[in-house]
Amino acid sequence: MTTLVIAEHNNSELQASTYNTIAAAKQLSGETVVLVAGHDCQSVADQASKAEGVDKVLLAQAEFLEHLLAEDVEKAVMAQEGDYSHILAPASTFGKNMMPRIAALLDVQQISDIIAVDSDDTFKRPVYAGNAIATVKSNDSKKVVTVRATAFDALATEGGSASIENVDSGSHTELSNYVGEELTESERPDLGTANVVVSGGRGMGNGENFEMLETLADKLGAAVGASRAAVDAGFVPNDYQVGQTGKIVAPELYIAVGISGAIQHLAGMKDSKVIVAINKDEEAPIFQVADYGLVEDLFKAVPELIDAL
Amino acid sequence: MKILVAIKRVIDANVKVRVKPDNSGVETANVKMSMNPFCEIAVEEAVRLKEKGIASEVVAVSIGNQQCQETLRTALALGADKAILVKTDDQLEPLAVSKVLKKVVEQEGPEMVLLGKQSIDGDNNQTGQMLGALLGWGQGTFASEVEVEDGKTKVTREIDGGLQTIELKLPAVVTTDLRLNEPRFASLPNIMKAKRKPLDEIALADLGVDTANRTETLSVENPPERSEGIKVETVAELVDKLKNEAKVI
Repeated sequence: MTTLVIAEHNNSELQASTYNTIAAAKQLSGETVVLVAGHDCQSVADQASKAEGVDKVLLAQAEFLEHLLAEDVEKAVMAQEGDYSHILAPASTFGKNMMPRIAALLDVQQISDIIAVDSDDTFKRPVYAGNAIATVKSNDSKKVVTVRATAFDALATEGGSASIENVDSGSHTELSNYVGEELTESERPDLGTANVVVSGGRGMGNGENFEMLETLADKLGAAVGASRAAVDAGFVPNDYQVGQTGKIVAPELYIAVGISGAIQHLAGMKDSKVIVAINKDEEAPIFQVADYGLVEDLFKAVPELIDAL
Repeated sequence: MKILVAIKRVIDANVKVRVKPDNSGVETANVKMSMNPFCEIAVEEAVRLKEKGIASEVVAVSIGNQQCQETLRTALALGADKAILVKTDDQLEPLAVSKVLKKVVEQEGPEMVLLGKQSIDGDNNQTGQMLGALLGWGQGTFASEVEVEDGKTKVTREIDGGLQTIELKLPAVVTTDLRLNEPRFASLPNIMKAKRKPLDEIALADLGVDTANRTETLSVENPPERSEGIKVETVAELVDKLKNEAKVI
């Protein structure tokens, strides 16, 4: 048995989610092969070859793979000749976008967003926004699986010495063409992988007040997130959103400020190691999951907290 | 152009789901059911494209039991022109759903299929992408903006780092994210009108699609509970706890 891990990267760096996915692959029998499909991305293959647990790296380079459009990644993966028992990718927007196409073409029912590997064919995954955990057994001959990165601790990024093999990159489908990207520019760590996350909710009142949370985040080396209510109110862009319909995070420390704790939000952060809630409403459901709750007006508490750090 | 919108009937988003005591699934008896919220956004987008004169006809399709008629009537009340129910009492997996939808696409000939990015029960996030692959069509998933011009559609997508814009050849599959639009409420006259709109039924067996399940759900359990935390009185106490007890700062 051999597992193929499809790497998530930006053509220069391997994303952290790929290391978590490799960790999930190592819980399966057999070897782990990483496919790096992209453009001008030799450095990504070099990084993958050093990752602990990787037996081989496949490098598929083509100009049309630069933006990793789903249709083209699908062709690149389907062009691989190896016989893989498992195909894994991170359950990020990258993996969610392209992986079901591969599953459909292989006539496999994909298992999405696993949080545990029970055996080579049985996995645990959250359903109903994390309100229930299903244990699912796949009876397909191949398993196509996306992995919730926060549920698997990454292995070492250095120390490995896997071989790198250049492979077929498939062909450009021209079904889809890249037009542009508007990425949120931030010096802060990535929300999905940060050790500390400071999130604001509707209680922040407006977008300007988020500056206060940014100051707090900078003191803690944290990423800034938000509840869906804050996103819907237009305080911050959608890529800040933590929750069922946004990002799933599990940092060492999660500080929820002015967030009531709707079930959809809790689904995105309740696996955090330590949760702090600051809210003036002592009945807010967020306090039920918080390790440390502070019932206080956030406009008083946050500046105090900034001064105290 | 004709738009096909696929919709799913799910446990209402406001219902607190309960795991069955025998761990075989979640309680669905006597639970309020509604249209999956992402599907509602898909219906709304299709209707808006029709109102702009871009779409000529909006066809809603659902796969499920007789009660799915209600959900399809909701889609008709929101502005869909016609509905199709593929009738089955089985719970189909996303791969099977996409195979059934492919058949419906072949019969109806739409130039765009709009779907929700995921259903809030299974949280799989697969059907649209699978349908795209089976049809050999391009896809614009997690859409926050959809424009149609000259046989192409420009889709702005919600991705992890921000937004990405792609251009797709039509026909194409588009799946909706939350910020695409805010669905309207069906007005009483429109609910009455919807009762007279055509709703066709097809028996799943008549489509000749292999819809056998490929996975088995061995158990469904409650997620691990967090142990109850404590309330702190002051910011100073909070900082002290984080430094000396939790040791996270």
